[in-house]
Amino acid sequence: MPNSQLTPGIVAGRLPDDSYAENFADLHAPLDAHEAQVAADRCYFCHDAPCVTACPTSIDIPLFIRQIATGTPEAAAKTIFDQNILGGMCARVCPTETLCEQACVREAAEGKPVMIGQLQRYATDRLMEKNRHPYTRAPETGKRVAVVGAGPAGLACAHRLAMHGHDVTVYDARNKPGGLNEYGIAAYKAVDRFAEREVSWLLQIGGIRLETGKALGAGLTLEALREDFDAVFLAIGLAGVNALRAPGEDKAGVEDAVSFIAELRQASDLSALPIGRNVVVIGGGMTAVDAAVQARLLGAQNVTIAYRRGRDRMGASKFEQDLAASRGVRILENVQPKAIHGNGSAVEIELEYTEETPEGLKGTGETFRIPADQVFKAIGQTLEGAPEGLEIAGGKIAVTGAGQTSLPGVWAGGDCASGGDDLTVTAVAEGRDAAEAIHAALGA
Amino acid sequence: MADLSSTFVGIKSPNPFWLASAPPTDKEYNVRRAFEAGWGGVVWKTLGAEGPPVVNVNGPRYGAIWGADRRLLGLNNIELITDRPLEVNLREIKSVKRDYPDRALVVSLMVPCEEAAWKAILPLVEETGADGVELNFGCPHGMAERGMGSAVGQVPEYIEMVTRWVKQNSRMPCIVKLTPNITDIRKPAEAAARGGADAVSLINTINSITSVNLDEMCPEPMIDGQGSHGGYCGPAVKPIALNMVAEIARNPETANIPISGIGGVTTWRDAAEFISLGAGNVQVCTAAMTYGFKIVQEMISGLSQWMDEKGYASVDEVVGRAVPKVKDWQDLNLNYVAKASINQDDCIKCGRCFAACEDTSHQAIAMSEDRTFTVKDDECVACNLCVNVCPVEGCITMVPMKPGEVDPRTGEVVKEEYGNWQTHPNNPAVWAAE
Repeated sequence: MPNSQLTPGIVAGRLPDDSYAENFADLHAPLDAHEAQVAADRCYFCHDAPCVTACPTSIDIPLFIRQIATGTPEAAAKTIFDQNILGGMCARVCPTETLCEQACVREAAEGKPVMIGQLQRYATDRLMEKNRHPYTRAPETGKRVAVVGAGPAGLACAHRLAMHGHDVTVYDARNKPGGLNEYGIAAYKAVDRFAEREVSWLLQIGGIRLETGKALGAGLTLEALREDFDAVFLAIGLAGVNALRAPGEDKAGVEDAVSFIAELRQASDLSALPIGRNVVVIGGGMTAVDAAVQARLLGAQNVTIAYRRGRDRMGASKFEQDLAASRGVRILENVQPKAIHGNGSAVEIELEYTEETPEGLKGTGETFRIPADQVFKAIGQTLEGAPEGLEIAGGKIAVTGAGQTSLPGVWAGGDCASGGDDLTVTAVAEGRDAAEAIHAALGA
Repeated sequence: MADLSSTFVGIKSPNPFWLASAPPTDKEYNVRRAFEAGWGGVVWKTLGAEGPPVVNVNGPRYGAIWGADRRLLGLNNIELITDRPLEVNLREIKSVKRDYPDRALVVSLMVPCEEAAWKAILPLVEETGADGVELNFGCPHGMAERGMGSAVGQVPEYIEMVTRWVKQNSRMPCIVKLTPNITDIRKPAEAAARGGADAVSLINTINSITSVNLDEMCPEPMIDGQGSHGGYCGPAVKPIALNMVAEIARNPETANIPISGIGGVTTWRDAAEFISLGAGNVQVCTAAMTYGFKIVQEMISGLSQWMDEKGYASVDEVVGRAVPKVKDWQDLNLNYVAKASINQDDCIKCGRCFAACEDTSHQAIAMSEDRTFTVKDDECVACNLCVNVCPVEGCITMVPMKPGEVDPRTGEVVKEEYGNWQTHPNNPAVWAAE
């Protein structure tokens, strides 16, 4: 008997073989030329446009949309990449509904913003499919910069530095570059190995050497980097995962959501990926939704997101919450994990209702259990492996200005640095701005 | 309900919406479909003299310009008059008229500038039972090169001469269709009146090149690597047509000649505007060619509802109602002062008013940190540009100042009395008189 959604435990192949490709297809089918034209026609070309202000990388959105509308999507892409070299990925993963599209005046006017994210994808795809890199390097400066971490912040920083003529070496602990773009985003948001293709395209600028399998504490030390390079940019992300701190957390079937997503992203055959029949995801952010939705798409019969506060407090946007609901994920609000029960393996999770009190969030004492053979923890990541000697603030590397750390010659950006909001687009902005700061410092 | 029935130069139709002489009226098949859809009348596509018919190009005949969402705003064509044999057209006209006696059926004509040619064709048309003829003095392409169409319409003496021949050789009402490709539309209209025309219709198409193919370096529409100028029509030409209709309606020489209004009529509202500026009915082409014949149903229901709301019982009550308010610039009241006003509840904060005013006008709109846009009354000259660029209709309005108030821009008290340029102290002619 082949497995089905009803097969107990954590098993692979719950769905017919042909379902996986369909389930994990592009979340938003790309716009064709006609759709892009219709969508672009709706842009009002606002003065000092609110969408630009809302974009962490300040892409000149009205200009690029006008360039699409007038038949020059390649020029539009250049407008985007000037501000955000990972504009292709951001077009796919940005929560546009809380950024540019929320600010769009047509959202105010009609509740229907211009499809900025989709248009950005249209433009960037048009340029990238030509496999021609639109930037050239300035004359070589002879300066060398180390970038630790090949995620969005590291890549954006490396590209901008290379463009200014510096020699960049990018290190990453994993064996593929891309960081969360490659390992941490729902598969249906970056289909067809987009993360990988984007990095190859970005590296075409030249002057960037990539060394994978190397991390601080694993072949690298900050002291050595500072000695060998003229500047160091740390973009090491958040490698640690918060614990549930509930009894039974050690049982089989309790996993980190980020590990599950990474494994799924790298899986060559999704039908071989085991998934529980009853999956519970603890958390309320994008990672929780990505894990929950993908669990459903892999064939889990029941998937529940358990979040300790109300929906309005969830880190996941309304769009993401609706996406989860539309894929059959149940969202339980105001509950916290109390214990995971089972004999060696998780069988049930015990949840307790919570309430907001003046003293903070408190359990009400009322508990209930739901079946859970697989529990994903998505309650936030933590900085891990930050080198000694760096000032830490609020659990992150303390930075001032454009990523300047407490150590001279060392900058930091992306999720590992203080400030920011754990978005790809913010990481890109921080990497880019740190590169400019480093460039200025090296020129002095 | 308002009575939409129309009598134009004695020709009755159930509504004032006619299809203009053009491709939609070239064949019995099309015209029957038009009448079934509800059109009040048609002007049959222009007939030429007996003999081998003209030939058309076998490549594209139309070029276009578009607005947002590829909405067709302007169309041009290089099609000639009917390319079907005269006898076929006449037979079909007779058949259609017999089956639709309540609809207007006017036949457009274009034959060489010789009296014999007109003498020959008029009886043939009369024999079909058609209600009248329209003289095509308008087409700006192809036929003009052969001394017809706009080549006639650009010479008032020819218009007068040919119109006289037609009136002398036929009992049918005669409508003279005017070309806009002239400097002063009143001159050909006056000529038509002198020649005895029962009415004028306008505008015919405007000479144009709609676009250039930048790969081939050739105007569109492109025929084997070449292009030609063609007649422009559609919503884009409406303002030009409205002005020309009004010029004839307010010209004492032509004030009494009935006008059939043509040029970009797309909705009932466009029709009402033409009628208010003096048109007795309207003719439509591009809107039908864009959307099909069914649009007449919206035109009928819209005009009817509006007339009911306004208390107009018949179309005749509307004809020319706005004409007395069409003035020359020198008659406008310079003592009138208005200021733009932005309704903050309707504002979507796009800032287009600001960009337009700040960059290209009078720096009379302020923008705050939180994107609140307000009018600076001390700078605003009430130019209306902000109104026109605002995407939200009605969000920005022009509010007149009351007499006695002080205009913060000039520091002067707004006068109650009317005062125009002709009496203005800055007018050199006024000094000369003193």
